[in-house]
Amino acid sequence: MPWDLDNNRPIYLQLMERIQLDIISGTYKPGDRLPSVRELALEASVNPNTMQKALAELERSGIVHSMRTSGRLITEDKSMIEQLKGELAREQIGAFLEKMNRLGFSTGEILSLIQQTVKEDD
Amino acid sequence: MESILECHGLTKSYGKMYNALNNLNLFLERGQIVGLLGPNGSGKTTLIKLINGLLVPTAGEVLIKSMAPGVETKKIVSYLPERTYLNESMQISEVLDYFSDFYENFSRERAGLMLSDLQIDEQARLKTLSKGTKEKVQLILVMSRDAELYILDEPIAGVDPAARDYILNTILSNYNENATILLSTHLIHDVENVLDRVLFLKQGQLVLNATVDEIREEQGKSVDTLFREVFRC
Repeated sequence: MPWDLDNNRPIYLQLMERIQLDIISGTYKPGDRLPSVRELALEASVNPNTMQKALAELERSGIVHSMRTSGRLITEDKSMIEQLKGELAREQIGAFLEKMNRLGFSTGEILSLIQQTVKEDD
Repeated sequence: MESILECHGLTKSYGKMYNALNNLNLFLERGQIVGLLGPNGSGKTTLIKLINGLLVPTAGEVLIKSMAPGVETKKIVSYLPERTYLNESMQISEVLDYFSDFYENFSRERAGLMLSDLQIDEQARLKTLSKGTKEKVQLILVMSRDAELYILDEPIAGVDPAARDYILNTILSNYNENATILLSTHLIHDVENVLDRVLFLKQGQLVLNATVDEIREEQGKSVDTLFREVFRC
């Protein structure tokens, strides 16, 4: 099944996001080996060069590192993964707040709406 | 980077008035999948035929690995034409023999594997196959050669979306880092994730040569959307 990609955004960024999400959600565990570039490219139905670029960027951020003979490994530094998780959460919340602001809600109203919704769901 | 394809001032005229290609300059490196895009009559097939030596330039030159098209370049270029040239009454197994005989770099084993993947019977005759199956067979033949330059003229036109996915996956999984694939298509939306780079041809001239992610980063839109804007009728 090809990965669900948005045609208007750079492909390598979306590949990075997808792999980061797989790391945060535990699909790949700390210290796990990532599949090869070719395998990942085929799975995502994208060009291997683009996948290569996404992995090189992830390497630069330190979340994966390459072993000369055994491909790429996920970092064993759990605090780094936690930090990434926090960053993604802040991004999501920022985007949500922006949408709610556009609808005309103040920050206080948004917070009480969230609490109300959570209570109703319980 | 070493070039696999170069065009210098490439011009092809049909008759006195009409230039199908007009002073085209192009330099393609190895190891990429390149989309050749342009509206009908923009010169895509003319360019492809010039690369394969089926047409002779009116002016300028085309070089494959620094060689003019000829016997030596045909050994390293694997070409899927728009229309089939195979004898329709042949069985697939006979076509495989034919290709093995003709091309030193044809892997019969690889072709056999792909045919059985798709449950295509090697004993079947070409004329008994559906249009889509025939296109798959031809792509398999072309991709089973260890070529350095693959030229695919409309490889996914006329097949259903599932077969399109199979064909694109076949291209991706058979492609090696030393080879370049040049493919022409109108179905940009279906192929843009597979491409490194796109070339836009307009009235015989190259109007854009950029990577897919450059386009998306700089323009914030897909290649398909950009194409519709550049070539709005």
